[in-house]
Amino acid sequence: MSVPSAPILQMENISKRFGRVAANAAASIEVGEGEIFALVGENGAGKSVLMSILCGVLRPDAGRILFKGQPLKLGSPLEATRHRIGMVHQHFMLAPNLTVAENYVLCQGSPLRPLWRTTDVAGRIAELSRRYGLEVRPDAFVRDLSVGERQRVEILRILFQGAELIVLDEPTAVLTPGETDRLLKLLRELARDRKTVIFISHKLDEVMRVSDRVSVMRDGRVVFSASTRDTNPRELARQMVGRDVPTDLPARAASPGQVVFSVENLHCRNDLGLPAVRGVSFVIRQGEIIGVAGVSGNGQSELARALAGLIPATEGTIRLNGEEISGLSSHAINRRPIAHIPEDCAANGVVPQLPLTENAILQRYDRAPFATLGLLNVRAIESHTQALVEKFHVRTDGIHAPIQSLSGGNQQKFVVARELARHPDFLIVNQLTRGIDIGASELVMQAILEQRNLNKAILLISTELEELFALCDRILVMYDGRLVGELPPDRGRLEELGLLMTGEAIEARRLREAVAGAVSGDATQ
Amino acid sequence: MSDIPIRSSLDPAVRLLSRAGLAALAPIAAVLFALGVSALLLQLNGFHAADVVNVMVLGAVSDKRSIAEVLLKATPLILIGVGLCVAFRCSIWNIGAEGQLYAGASAATACGVNFGALPAWLHIVLILVAGSVAGAAWGALAGLLRVYFRASEVVTTIMLNYIAIILTSYLVTGPLKDPAASYPQSAKLARDLWLPRFLPPTRLHVGILIALAAAVAAYVFLFRSSAGYAVRVVGLNPSAAAYAGISVARNVLLAIAISGGLAGLAGAIEIAGVNYRLYQDISPGYGFEGIAVALLANNNPLAAVASGVLFAVLRSGSELMQISAQVPQVLVFVIQGLCILSVAAFSAFRRRGPRPAG
Repeated sequence: MSVPSAPILQMENISKRFGRVAANAAASIEVGEGEIFALVGENGAGKSVLMSILCGVLRPDAGRILFKGQPLKLGSPLEATRHRIGMVHQHFMLAPNLTVAENYVLCQGSPLRPLWRTTDVAGRIAELSRRYGLEVRPDAFVRDLSVGERQRVEILRILFQGAELIVLDEPTAVLTPGETDRLLKLLRELARDRKTVIFISHKLDEVMRVSDRVSVMRDGRVVFSASTRDTNPRELARQMVGRDVPTDLPARAASPGQVVFSVENLHCRNDLGLPAVRGVSFVIRQGEIIGVAGVSGNGQSELARALAGLIPATEGTIRLNGEEISGLSSHAINRRPIAHIPEDCAANGVVPQLPLTENAILQRYDRAPFATLGLLNVRAIESHTQALVEKFHVRTDGIHAPIQSLSGGNQQKFVVARELARHPDFLIVNQLTRGIDIGASELVMQAILEQRNLNKAILLISTELEELFALCDRILVMYDGRLVGELPPDRGRLEELGLLMTGEAIEARRLREAVAGAVSGDATQ
Repeated sequence: MSDIPIRSSLDPAVRLLSRAGLAALAPIAAVLFALGVSALLLQLNGFHAADVVNVMVLGAVSDKRSIAEVLLKATPLILIGVGLCVAFRCSIWNIGAEGQLYAGASAATACGVNFGALPAWLHIVLILVAGSVAGAAWGALAGLLRVYFRASEVVTTIMLNYIAIILTSYLVTGPLKDPAASYPQSAKLARDLWLPRFLPPTRLHVGILIALAAAVAAYVFLFRSSAGYAVRVVGLNPSAAAYAGISVARNVLLAIAISGGLAGLAGAIEIAGVNYRLYQDISPGYGFEGIAVALLANNNPLAAVASGVLFAVLRSGSELMQISAQVPQVLVFVIQGLCILSVAAFSAFRRRGPRPAG
């Protein structure tokens, strides 16, 4: 839109070091009031750190912040809230064992907060959620919400607190295209309300669509700033990576071979004991990548967990290389040629406090070459870890650093590297590129395609349609625990896919059938 | 702090030393800090701090006999502390070492006063094994309750403490009661079943060597073995463990059984090495003090040796303080508490390592 009148926020020469790592090195940005400002950069470029400094979570080593012309020195996120600055973090800051309304109460700085009535809060939540078209149930427990729903709760929470400057850390990473469109529209509306939005992203198409201005960070510095209309995705990508990015992936060379993995009429329940997967059947052949698209919370997580032996199938069979593996424990399944890249790797795929070395052997800690006679074989573990790190260009302080010191993208690269190193026949991937940057995405996507060309069978569950279109041979659509359609990876059918994902296609068919039934009923009368 | 990382092949000795040095520095600084505050406290209470510390520390380690007495007290503390390191690494909050010690002492006594036909060395081994197995079973009971009924082990282990202590009372007034004695106590173990002493004329017996061996074994188990790795993974991230096919239930049971087993062994050693018979309050709270030993050691079994000795010094010193300096024993408890608090504070301070950039 228009170039901002006066800057509402200036961050000047912000520096922040963690040990030997300079997360921010004299980074400066300037944001105008009522502007949508995009901050892009690879993982580890320092975007989140810069924003955490803005929101009072971290304190800068040097530099200053001017907010509405006044110097801003924040000691805590609470103070940021008081200055009407709010942030939606990449890892949600919600208490899972409380309801949505209780979480909102929890986030208030008011000393009277224990006296607040959640019903009043619920009313205000409902009002806000209507106004911005963000669906949120105030009385739902956060632990029961899907990732996408939790994010809606987070965004609304910031609005609830009356924020004027809203920071969103990769908000679209977990959303479907429809939800993304709605979010981007919401950002526009907020800007029209003279609210200022900073959003961190590495999805350049979204940046181009919605932002007024954009800054690129690399290695802790702001290396590029421009009005969005004066730049283009190619330039932004080059600035982010510091070199030209090849945009094409290896060609499909696959001709599917024999069946590796098959699922027949699988049923299973979620943590609440409710049916989550309701009669799913499919087969995957050698050299084939099957995608499962769907809005998060439609049974994909449970499907992945059931296939990995983490939750029991209440009905149906699962076969790997002809052998029935339904009913086997996760331990037994891990000894078969199956690898699993789980959803939310930081929670399910790694042990954050342990070093890379000990995370490299998570499934093979008791087997050769990593263990001999029950004792860990340090040398073998180290050289294996070193190889993983080098092969996938994992940026790290060394293989003895705790894995939580790595950025999200580098953790994901490490997990992908570890799983592929197990030489599986069948690979379950749940969210391959969620929350990771272009360079890392490209690398892991290429790695998955290489596996396909090595005749592996791959199941790719994803909410990122771009990823599905780029990688899959067929896309299955999951809705309400069932597979409701199958499409070729043809971008021209995006709309159809969206309808299937939201269940509208089914509703429409039901409606048509009902109407047809009524009409024919009329006719016979 | 919580992770003793796998040693690098590059300059292992140097790395290990510097790491160990850094790791040891915080607790030592913390203990010194706590002692400083304690001195202040003593001074404020009208005691001459320097004299008191003199009595307490020097009194506890002044001659061969007092050193031996300290090590005698350190033996059960080290064993229990080492076991709790394993449990705590698995995020199992075993508060039941006291009960597990009683279970072990009871089983050891039952074996000791029976099976007289066995050769002495085998009989001693049987006593120690019986104590360990009973302690492990007592611990595993809480583990099973947790695994199958999701009962918090904090609650169940505390309750099992009472049961074990009361069962011991029953045993020494009933089935195991020495018919010749009027007190509630068991018969005395035959002299050839006493653990050999090796520093005459002191009472120091081979139990301390067993405790040291247990510490080394537990360290190797936790940080060098596959099984110990699984225990730590379950303790740090049960969700990732499940995904990796590591059974949470099995490792929980293993960890609490090891910790109970070592507490039971401590009980057996108290019987075979110190008391030679079972009576009602066989433990002066070793099971609870062991928790502090493990915490002070940051759940590192090797460090638990040092922290076990420290607590034994405080314990011995407290007796001396009472006798020679008339300092009430409660003040010694305050000093112990200060040590734990300041170690906790220092390690929290150290935990602020680098954060991920992004």
